[in-house]
Amino acid sequence: MTSAVAATEAGDERVARVGPLTRLLLKPELGALIGAVLVFAFFALLSDVFRSASGVANWLDPASTLGIMAVAVALLMIGGHFDLSAGVQTGTAAITGGILTTYYGVNTWVALLLSLALCLAIGFVNGYLVVRTKLPSFIITLGTFLMLQGLNLGVTKLVTNTVQVNNFDKIQGYGVLKTIFASEITIAGAPFQIAIVWWVLATILGSWVLLRTRFGNWIFAVGGDLTAARNVGVPVQRTTIALFMTTSFAAWFVGTTQIVRLTSIQAQAGFGQELIYIVAAVIGGCLLTGGFGSAVGASIGALIFGMTSQGIVYAGWDADWFKFFLGAMLLLAVLANQYIRRFAEQSRR
Amino acid sequence: MAALALLVTAAACSSENAVNRDDDDTSGGKGGGTYGLKIAVVTHGAAGDAFWSIVKNGVEKAGTDLGDTVQYSSDGDPQKQAQLIDAAVNQKVDGLVVSMANPDALKASVEKAVAAGIPVITINSGASRSKEFGALTHIGQDEKVAGEAVGTELANQGVKNVVCVIHEAGNVGLEERCAAVGATLGGQIQNLQVDINNLQAAQSTIKAKLQSDTAIDGVVTLGGPVANVAAAGIAEAASPAKLATFDLNAEVAKGVQDGKILFAVDQQPYLQGYMAVTMLTQYKANLNVLGGGQQVLTGPALVTKENAAQVAELAAAGTR
Repeated sequence: MTSAVAATEAGDERVARVGPLTRLLLKPELGALIGAVLVFAFFALLSDVFRSASGVANWLDPASTLGIMAVAVALLMIGGHFDLSAGVQTGTAAITGGILTTYYGVNTWVALLLSLALCLAIGFVNGYLVVRTKLPSFIITLGTFLMLQGLNLGVTKLVTNTVQVNNFDKIQGYGVLKTIFASEITIAGAPFQIAIVWWVLATILGSWVLLRTRFGNWIFAVGGDLTAARNVGVPVQRTTIALFMTTSFAAWFVGTTQIVRLTSIQAQAGFGQELIYIVAAVIGGCLLTGGFGSAVGASIGALIFGMTSQGIVYAGWDADWFKFFLGAMLLLAVLANQYIRRFAEQSRR
Repeated sequence: MAALALLVTAAACSSENAVNRDDDDTSGGKGGGTYGLKIAVVTHGAAGDAFWSIVKNGVEKAGTDLGDTVQYSSDGDPQKQAQLIDAAVNQKVDGLVVSMANPDALKASVEKAVAAGIPVITINSGASRSKEFGALTHIGQDEKVAGEAVGTELANQGVKNVVCVIHEAGNVGLEERCAAVGATLGGQIQNLQVDINNLQAAQSTIKAKLQSDTAIDGVVTLGGPVANVAAAGIAEAASPAKLATFDLNAEVAKGVQDGKILFAVDQQPYLQGYMAVTMLTQYKANLNVLGGGQQVLTGPALVTKENAAQVAELAAAGTR
């Protein structure tokens, strides 16, 4: 690859041809991919259950719902914003659907649409306030996060007198819902959750939007340089609001998956998960400053998280150290990611 | 928006979907007490904790029944809880109920209340320090007694290798329970950490543990919601492990009924709230102290297949 660079040294460096290896190294998700392979190899050596079909099904499961959220959160982060209310919105979606059906007797499909409408409205408000006030999304969504946390609890308590909504499996059409959101596909004798399929589809869709559509270009432009984006005519406000609504849509999908799967939902469901989504996106190569990252990377980040959290259990490590191991793994993955990117950028020059 | 509301109400009238709507009011009598006392309840329970919402229901029902004004407040941070107690003392309440997860941090505030002539009853945790701080009595379950009861019962069922699922890292009470289970089990016990806010992942983690260590023949969970996902995890892992849990909710009661859960330990949080307010009222009115100042135990009451059906209804109403 040095020869390729040398050959065009005299020309404009922006149009310089780069070798295939460097081009590969420049992909945001490469570091995460290498990390994922290492994490897999590590735990596969430690535990044979980890590498068995049922083990794989088990660590892909938490990775899948996390991955769906991570893809949406990654798009938002590439667009230069955070959504701290993303975790609690999964709870809001599930609680709304659950209460409307099991307490107010609303038709199942109408209830799910209302819950979706509510989530999209929250996303719209988040986005609208961010573009209107020009305050950091960190502050705006922190406000929504706290408000929703109180609402989830207050409303649940008011309606149910307890802090959970249950009996969701007794509503009409539950069978269909279960097929869509929580059925299992048996491969090699192990049950794989259908959420894994949705996750793969979300990743493909996210990548396609980012890399092949005009909207994807707008996302990179808005997150990379806001003023420049505005100057070349990118509809900055519309793009930002759409990104917040995308995250809310994902939260609705994941929240609904939860209540369908568990048949009940706790008022505090999802609190604190927003940070995990951001962690997955960052491991996958998204920059905290926006303008750089990929959907595939975020999904690989979710995969690493799923493998690590379950791998620690398979390896039989002392539970008291659980969070420490998890944190160390994540830190290593991010450092490896950064190292590779820097190496790639240097070899490009 | 109006159309939306209309739609909701219209749909509400017809559908059979309302499986959780209660047809009859299970909350009992209206209560006609006229004591008119002002009682403050300050606990360490986090907002949204299922357990503490039942305590709060008990507190409020006692207030209605007796005609007392009760104010419930809580904060998991010991320092903020102490400040809440100070605030109640400043308002010159007639009685004070306090849960002491961290007794030392509350010592000064509780003693200040006692010095101001406000009768104090401690509930739930802090039994060993209650008397020392000048409280009338303590109402609650002794975690050690409860844990040992679980260990004994599991040993009777032939369980030898238990995994104890901790859903809140660093909670002293939870660690105490697991240790006490181990003390009477006479077998092996190991702790497993999960996150209560992500139950789906908790289920996978429990399943992973059972898959990787097939010698495990017992699972003990320390809260209702975790018990439900543990039951699912055990089924998915096709593990023969028997499941027992602390604390109750409607689904746990149903799980016990169906035989998915061997038994549940109920410390009757409703009673802790209800009795504390009642006892303070009787003390103010009549200088009575139940138990003569000895700790009043509310648990362990075991919910087994025999009594699960009745308890299930009460749990759904938020009183068990």
